[in-house]
Amino acid sequence: MNTTTRTAVPVGFLLQLADTSLILGQRLSEWCGHGPILEEDIALTNTALDYIGQSTNLYKQAALLDGRGQDEDDMAFHRDAWDFRNCLIAELPNGDYGFTITRQFLYSAWYYLYLQQLRQSPDEFLSGFAEKSIKEVRYHLQHSSDWVKRLGDGTPESHERMAHALAEIWPFTGEWFTPAETELEAIRLGSAPDPVPLRKEWRNLVESVLSEATLTIPEDGFMHLGGKEGRHTEYLGYMLADMQFLQRAYPGAKW
Amino acid sequence: MSNTEWPLWEVFIRSKSGLAHKHVGSLHASDARMAIENARDVYTRRMEGVSIWVVPSSAITASSPDDKEILFDPANDKVYRHPTFYDIPGEIGHM
Repeated sequence: MNTTTRTAVPVGFLLQLADTSLILGQRLSEWCGHGPILEEDIALTNTALDYIGQSTNLYKQAALLDGRGQDEDDMAFHRDAWDFRNCLIAELPNGDYGFTITRQFLYSAWYYLYLQQLRQSPDEFLSGFAEKSIKEVRYHLQHSSDWVKRLGDGTPESHERMAHALAEIWPFTGEWFTPAETELEAIRLGSAPDPVPLRKEWRNLVESVLSEATLTIPEDGFMHLGGKEGRHTEYLGYMLADMQFLQRAYPGAKW
Repeated sequence: MSNTEWPLWEVFIRSKSGLAHKHVGSLHASDARMAIENARDVYTRRMEGVSIWVVPSSAITASSPDDKEILFDPANDKVYRHPTFYDIPGEIGHM
Protein backbone atom coordinates (compact mmCIF):
# COMPACT_ATOMS: atom_id res chain seq x y z
CA MET A 1 0.00 0.00 0.00
CA ASN A 2 1.27 3.42 -0.92
CA THR A 3 1.08 5.43 2.27
CA THR A 4 3.61 8.10 1.42
CA THR A 5 1.33 10.16 -0.83
CA ARG A 6 -1.84 9.74 1.20
CA THR A 7 -2.94 11.20 4.46
CA ALA A 8 -5.32 9.14 6.53
CA VAL A 9 -8.85 9.35 5.18
CA PRO A 10 -11.61 7.65 7.18
CA VAL A 11 -13.66 5.32 4.98
CA GLY A 12 -16.83 6.78 6.49
CA PHE A 13 -15.93 10.19 5.15
CA LEU A 14 -15.47 8.82 1.61
CA LEU A 15 -18.83 7.09 1.93
CA GLN A 16 -20.47 10.34 2.94
CA LEU A 17 -19.31 11.92 -0.33
CA ALA A 18 -19.93 8.81 -2.41
CA ASP A 19 -23.41 8.09 -1.06
CA THR A 20 -24.59 11.66 -1.54
CA SER A 21 -23.39 11.57 -5.15
CA LEU A 22 -24.94 8.19 -5.85
CA ILE A 23 -28.31 8.93 -4.27
CA LEU A 24 -28.61 12.34 -5.92
CA GLY A 25 -27.56 10.80 -9.25
CA GLN A 26 -30.16 8.07 -8.84
CA ARG A 27 -32.86 10.64 -8.05
CA LEU A 28 -31.97 12.78 -11.06
CA SER A 29 -31.95 9.76 -13.32
CA GLU A 30 -35.66 9.35 -12.55
CA TRP A 31 -36.21 12.34 -14.84
CA CYS A 32 -34.89 10.34 -17.80
CA GLY A 33 -37.74 10.23 -20.30
CA HIS A 34 -39.87 12.58 -18.18
CA GLY A 35 -38.13 15.95 -18.59
CA PRO A 36 -40.26 18.98 -19.46
CA ILE A 37 -38.49 19.31 -22.82
CA LEU A 38 -36.13 17.00 -24.66
CA GLU A 39 -33.10 19.24 -24.10
CA GLU A 40 -33.65 19.42 -20.33
CA ASP A 41 -34.26 15.71 -20.18
CA ILE A 42 -30.80 15.15 -21.61
CA ALA A 43 -29.24 17.87 -19.46
CA LEU A 44 -30.46 16.28 -16.22
CA THR A 45 -29.48 12.82 -17.37
CA ASN A 46 -25.98 14.15 -18.03
CA THR A 47 -25.91 15.60 -14.54
CA ALA A 48 -27.09 12.29 -13.07
CA LEU A 49 -24.30 10.49 -14.89
CA ASP A 50 -21.74 12.98 -13.60
CA TYR A 51 -22.78 12.17 -10.03
CA ILE A 52 -22.83 8.44 -10.58
CA GLY A 53 -19.35 8.67 -12.12
CA GLN A 54 -18.14 10.60 -9.07
CA SER A 55 -19.59 8.01 -6.73
CA THR A 56 -17.89 5.21 -8.66
CA ASN A 57 -14.49 6.83 -8.12
CA LEU A 58 -15.18 7.42 -4.44
CA TYR A 59 -16.48 3.88 -3.84
CA LYS A 60 -13.40 2.41 -5.50
CA GLN A 61 -11.20 4.36 -3.13
CA ALA A 62 -13.40 3.51 -0.14
CA ALA A 63 -13.24 -0.19 -1.03
CA LEU A 64 -9.47 0.03 -1.37
CA LEU A 65 -9.00 1.69 2.02
CA ASP A 66 -11.55 -0.60 3.61
CA GLY A 67 -9.39 -3.52 2.51
CA ARG A 68 -12.05 -6.22 2.75
CA GLY A 69 -11.91 -7.15 -0.90
CA GLN A 70 -15.11 -5.35 -1.87
CA ASP A 71 -15.56 -3.40 -5.08
CA GLU A 72 -17.56 -0.30 -5.96
CA ASP A 73 -20.64 -2.34 -6.86
CA ASP A 74 -20.66 -4.03 -3.45
CA MET A 75 -20.55 -0.60 -1.89
CA ALA A 76 -23.48 0.68 -3.94
CA PHE A 77 -25.70 -2.39 -4.05
CA HIS A 78 -25.00 -4.44 -0.94
CA ARG A 79 -25.37 -1.95 1.87
CA ASP A 80 -28.62 -1.12 3.62
CA ALA A 81 -30.24 2.23 4.32
CA TRP A 82 -28.65 2.58 7.76
CA ASP A 83 -25.21 2.07 6.21
CA PHE A 84 -25.71 4.97 3.80
CA ARG A 85 -24.09 8.26 4.79
CA ASN A 86 -25.67 10.58 2.24
CA CYS A 87 -27.11 13.97 3.13
CA LEU A 88 -30.89 13.82 3.45
CA ILE A 89 -31.44 16.41 0.72
CA ALA A 90 -30.28 13.91 -1.91
CA GLU A 91 -33.03 11.41 -1.14
CA LEU A 92 -35.97 13.83 -1.23
CA PRO A 93 -38.40 12.93 -4.04
CA ASN A 94 -37.98 15.03 -7.17
CA GLY A 95 -41.28 16.91 -6.93
CA ASP A 96 -42.00 19.14 -9.91
CA TYR A 97 -39.26 20.47 -12.14
CA GLY A 98 -38.96 23.63 -10.05
CA PHE A 99 -38.35 21.53 -6.94
CA THR A 100 -35.65 19.44 -8.64
CA ILE A 101 -33.98 22.56 -10.02
CA THR A 102 -34.10 24.37 -6.67
CA ARG A 103 -32.44 21.44 -4.90
CA GLN A 104 -29.91 21.18 -7.70
CA PHE A 105 -29.07 24.85 -7.43
CA LEU A 106 -28.71 24.91 -3.63
CA TYR A 107 -26.69 21.70 -3.69
CA SER A 108 -24.42 22.70 -6.59
CA ALA A 109 -23.65 26.04 -4.95
CA TRP A 110 -22.64 24.24 -1.75
CA TYR A 111 -20.76 21.45 -3.52
CA TYR A 112 -18.88 23.88 -5.75
CA LEU A 113 -17.59 25.85 -2.76
CA TYR A 114 -16.78 22.66 -0.89
CA LEU A 115 -14.83 21.11 -3.79
CA GLN A 116 -12.80 24.29 -4.06
CA GLN A 117 -11.60 23.62 -0.52
CA LEU A 118 -11.26 19.87 -1.01
CA ARG A 119 -9.02 20.57 -4.00
CA GLN A 120 -6.41 21.77 -1.53
CA SER A 121 -6.46 18.57 0.49
CA PRO A 122 -2.98 17.09 1.05
CA ASP A 123 -4.51 13.72 0.22
CA GLU A 124 -3.71 12.99 -3.40
CA PHE A 125 -6.87 11.06 -4.09
CA LEU A 126 -9.17 13.69 -2.59
CA SER A 127 -7.49 16.65 -4.28
CA GLY A 128 -7.50 14.80 -7.61
CA PHE A 129 -11.14 13.87 -7.19
CA ALA A 130 -12.07 17.48 -6.40
CA GLU A 131 -10.07 18.82 -9.33
CA LYS A 132 -11.90 16.55 -11.75
CA SER A 133 -15.36 16.96 -10.27
CA ILE A 134 -15.33 20.71 -9.88
CA LYS A 135 -15.60 21.21 -13.64
CA GLU A 136 -18.76 19.15 -13.71
CA VAL A 137 -20.24 20.88 -10.70
CA ARG A 138 -19.48 24.34 -12.03
CA TYR A 139 -21.62 23.50 -15.03
CA HIS A 140 -24.40 22.10 -12.82
CA LEU A 141 -24.32 25.36 -10.89
CA GLN A 142 -24.53 27.47 -14.03
CA HIS A 143 -27.31 25.36 -15.51
CA SER A 144 -29.42 25.30 -12.35
CA SER A 145 -28.81 29.01 -11.60
CA ASP A 146 -30.10 29.94 -15.04
CA TRP A 147 -33.23 27.87 -14.47
CA VAL A 148 -33.81 29.30 -11.00
CA LYS A 149 -33.77 32.77 -12.56
CA ARG A 150 -36.05 31.80 -15.43
CA LEU A 151 -38.60 30.07 -13.23
CA GLY A 152 -38.40 32.45 -10.26
CA ASP A 153 -38.73 35.47 -12.53
CA GLY A 154 -41.15 33.71 -14.89
CA THR A 155 -44.92 33.51 -14.62
CA PRO A 156 -46.86 34.00 -11.34
CA GLU A 157 -47.33 30.24 -11.19
CA SER A 158 -43.65 29.38 -11.75
CA HIS A 159 -42.67 32.00 -9.16
CA GLU A 160 -45.12 30.55 -6.66
CA ARG A 161 -43.83 27.01 -7.21
CA MET A 162 -40.20 28.10 -6.80
CA ALA A 163 -40.97 29.94 -3.56
CA HIS A 164 -42.73 26.82 -2.31
CA ALA A 165 -39.80 24.56 -3.30
CA LEU A 166 -37.34 26.89 -1.59
CA ALA A 167 -39.31 26.79 1.66
CA GLU A 168 -39.59 22.99 1.51
CA ILE A 169 -35.92 22.34 0.79
CA TRP A 170 -34.31 24.97 3.00
CA PRO A 171 -34.48 22.94 6.25
CA PHE A 172 -32.28 20.31 4.55
CA THR A 173 -29.43 22.72 3.77
CA GLY A 174 -28.04 22.90 7.31
CA GLU A 175 -26.70 19.35 7.21
CA TRP A 176 -23.76 20.34 4.98
CA PHE A 177 -22.49 22.73 7.61
CA THR A 178 -22.84 20.32 10.52
CA PRO A 179 -19.94 17.85 10.33
CA ALA A 180 -20.68 14.28 11.36
CA GLU A 181 -18.36 12.10 13.46
CA THR A 182 -16.22 10.63 10.66
CA GLU A 183 -16.12 14.01 8.96
CA LEU A 184 -14.76 15.61 12.12
CA GLU A 185 -12.13 12.89 12.20
CA ALA A 186 -11.17 13.63 8.58
CA ILE A 187 -10.92 17.33 9.45
CA ARG A 188 -8.75 16.53 12.49
CA LEU A 189 -6.49 14.37 10.33
CA GLY A 190 -6.13 17.26 7.92
CA SER A 191 -7.51 15.46 4.88
CA ALA A 192 -10.92 17.19 4.70
CA PRO A 193 -11.87 20.88 4.87
CA ASP A 194 -14.04 22.27 7.65
CA PRO A 195 -17.44 23.04 6.07
CA VAL A 196 -18.58 25.45 8.79
CA PRO A 197 -16.80 28.57 7.48
CA LEU A 198 -18.34 28.03 4.02
CA ARG A 199 -21.83 28.82 5.24
CA LYS A 200 -21.56 32.58 4.83
CA GLU A 201 -20.05 32.37 1.36
CA TRP A 202 -22.72 29.86 0.34
CA ARG A 203 -25.48 32.12 1.57
CA ASN A 204 -24.08 35.07 -0.37
CA LEU A 205 -23.80 33.03 -3.54
CA VAL A 206 -27.34 31.71 -3.16
CA GLU A 207 -28.74 35.11 -2.33
CA SER A 208 -27.24 36.76 -5.43
CA VAL A 209 -29.00 34.27 -7.71
CA LEU A 210 -32.26 34.29 -5.76
CA SER A 211 -32.49 38.06 -5.86
CA GLU A 212 -32.12 37.99 -9.66
CA ALA A 213 -34.85 35.37 -9.62
CA THR A 214 -37.06 37.74 -7.54
CA LEU A 215 -37.10 35.12 -4.78
CA THR A 216 -36.46 35.80 -1.09
CA ILE A 217 -33.78 33.83 0.72
CA PRO A 218 -35.36 32.01 3.69
CA GLU A 219 -34.25 32.51 7.27
CA ASP A 220 -32.43 29.59 8.88
CA GLY A 221 -34.73 27.74 11.27
CA PHE A 222 -34.97 24.09 12.24
CA MET A 223 -32.58 21.93 10.21
CA HIS A 224 -32.94 18.21 9.51
CA LEU A 225 -29.80 16.23 10.36
CA GLY A 226 -28.82 12.59 10.59
CA GLY A 227 -28.24 11.37 7.03
CA LYS A 228 -24.48 11.50 7.47
CA GLU A 229 -24.89 9.22 10.50
CA GLY A 230 -27.22 6.74 8.83
CA ARG A 231 -30.57 8.13 10.03
CA HIS A 232 -32.64 8.66 6.92
CA THR A 233 -36.02 9.75 5.72
CA GLU A 234 -38.53 7.09 4.77
CA TYR A 235 -37.73 7.74 1.11
CA LEU A 236 -34.29 6.15 1.04
CA GLY A 237 -35.49 2.58 1.64
CA TYR A 238 -37.81 2.77 -1.38
CA MET A 239 -35.01 4.16 -3.53
CA LEU A 240 -32.64 1.39 -2.53
CA ALA A 241 -35.29 -1.26 -3.12
CA ASP A 242 -35.55 0.02 -6.68
CA MET A 243 -31.85 0.52 -7.22
CA GLN A 244 -30.52 -2.61 -5.53
CA PHE A 245 -33.17 -5.14 -6.53
CA LEU A 246 -31.24 -6.76 -9.34
CA GLN A 247 -27.97 -7.18 -7.45
CA ARG A 248 -29.85 -8.47 -4.41
CA ALA A 249 -31.85 -11.00 -6.40
CA TYR A 250 -28.95 -12.06 -8.64
CA PRO A 251 -25.74 -11.22 -6.76
CA GLY A 252 -22.84 -10.52 -9.07
CA ALA A 253 -25.08 -10.49 -12.18
CA LYS A 254 -23.35 -8.96 -15.19
CA TRP A 255 -24.64 -8.04 -18.63
CA MET B 1 -49.18 24.87 -27.90
CA SER B 2 -47.39 26.03 -31.04
CA ASN B 3 -47.65 29.69 -29.96
CA THR B 4 -45.71 28.94 -26.76
CA GLU B 5 -42.97 26.91 -28.41
CA TRP B 6 -39.45 28.27 -28.02
CA PRO B 7 -37.62 29.43 -31.14
CA LEU B 8 -35.50 27.01 -33.11
CA TRP B 9 -31.71 27.33 -33.21
CA GLU B 10 -29.19 25.78 -35.58
CA VAL B 11 -26.13 24.31 -33.86
CA PHE B 12 -22.58 24.31 -35.22
CA ILE B 13 -19.76 22.43 -33.51
CA ARG B 14 -16.02 22.72 -34.04
CA SER B 15 -14.66 19.27 -33.42
CA LYS B 16 -11.09 20.39 -32.85
CA SER B 17 -8.97 23.49 -33.10
CA GLY B 18 -8.11 24.40 -36.66
CA LEU B 19 -11.20 22.80 -38.17
CA ALA B 20 -14.32 24.73 -39.16
CA HIS B 21 -17.59 24.71 -37.24
CA LYS B 22 -19.93 22.18 -38.79
CA HIS B 23 -23.69 22.07 -38.70
CA VAL B 24 -24.79 19.22 -36.42
CA GLY B 25 -28.52 19.80 -35.94
CA SER B 26 -31.04 22.05 -34.30
CA LEU B 27 -32.82 22.51 -30.98
CA HIS B 28 -35.36 24.67 -29.14
CA ALA B 29 -34.32 27.31 -26.62
CA SER B 30 -35.78 30.54 -25.28
CA ASP B 31 -32.58 32.57 -25.67
CA ALA B 32 -29.00 32.28 -26.93
CA ARG B 33 -27.55 31.30 -23.56
CA MET B 34 -30.03 28.47 -23.15
CA ALA B 35 -29.30 27.42 -26.71
CA ILE B 36 -25.58 27.12 -25.94
CA GLU B 37 -26.29 25.10 -22.76
CA ASN B 38 -28.74 22.84 -24.56
CA ALA B 39 -26.31 22.36 -27.43
CA ARG B 40 -23.61 21.40 -24.95
CA ASP B 41 -25.89 18.80 -23.38
CA VAL B 42 -27.42 17.46 -26.58
CA TYR B 43 -24.52 17.54 -29.03
CA THR B 44 -21.22 17.36 -27.12
CA ARG B 45 -21.84 14.54 -24.63
CA ARG B 46 -19.31 12.27 -26.29
CA MET B 47 -16.48 14.79 -26.62
CA GLU B 48 -17.57 15.92 -30.07
CA GLY B 49 -16.47 19.51 -29.72
CA VAL B 50 -14.26 22.31 -28.50
CA SER B 51 -16.50 25.20 -29.56
CA ILE B 52 -20.20 25.79 -30.18
CA TRP B 53 -22.03 28.31 -32.34
CA VAL B 54 -25.79 28.75 -32.22
CA VAL B 55 -27.76 30.75 -34.79
CA PRO B 56 -31.50 31.44 -34.77
CA SER B 57 -32.91 29.28 -37.55
CA SER B 58 -34.97 32.28 -38.66
CA ALA B 59 -31.72 34.14 -39.46
CA ILE B 60 -30.75 31.60 -42.10
CA THR B 61 -31.53 32.33 -45.74
CA ALA B 62 -31.62 29.14 -47.74
CA SER B 63 -31.45 28.62 -51.47
CA SER B 64 -34.66 27.51 -53.08
CA PRO B 65 -34.94 23.86 -54.11
CA ASP B 66 -36.54 25.13 -57.33
CA ASP B 67 -33.28 26.86 -58.24
CA LYS B 68 -31.30 23.64 -57.97
CA GLU B 69 -30.80 23.32 -61.72
CA ILE B 70 -29.65 26.85 -62.43
CA LEU B 71 -27.44 26.96 -59.34
CA PHE B 72 -25.71 23.62 -59.46
CA ASP B 73 -26.06 21.91 -62.81
CA PRO B 74 -23.65 24.23 -64.68
CA ALA B 75 -20.78 23.00 -62.48
CA ASN B 76 -21.47 19.45 -63.50
CA ASP B 77 -19.24 19.28 -66.57
CA LYS B 78 -16.29 21.37 -65.33
CA VAL B 79 -14.01 18.63 -64.02
CA TYR B 80 -11.00 20.92 -64.43
CA ARG B 81 -12.23 22.85 -61.40
CA HIS B 82 -11.44 19.88 -59.18
CA PRO B 83 -7.90 19.71 -57.87
CA THR B 84 -7.80 16.02 -58.72
CA PHE B 85 -4.83 16.38 -61.05
CA TYR B 86 -2.39 17.01 -58.23
CA ASP B 87 -0.91 14.64 -55.69
CA ILE B 88 -1.13 16.17 -52.22
CA PRO B 89 1.72 15.00 -49.99
CA GLY B 90 0.36 13.12 -46.99
CA GLU B 91 2.18 15.22 -44.40
CA ILE B 92 0.19 18.31 -45.38
CA GLY B 93 -2.88 16.93 -43.62
CA HIS B 94 -6.00 19.11 -43.58
CA MET B 95 -6.03 21.88 -46.17
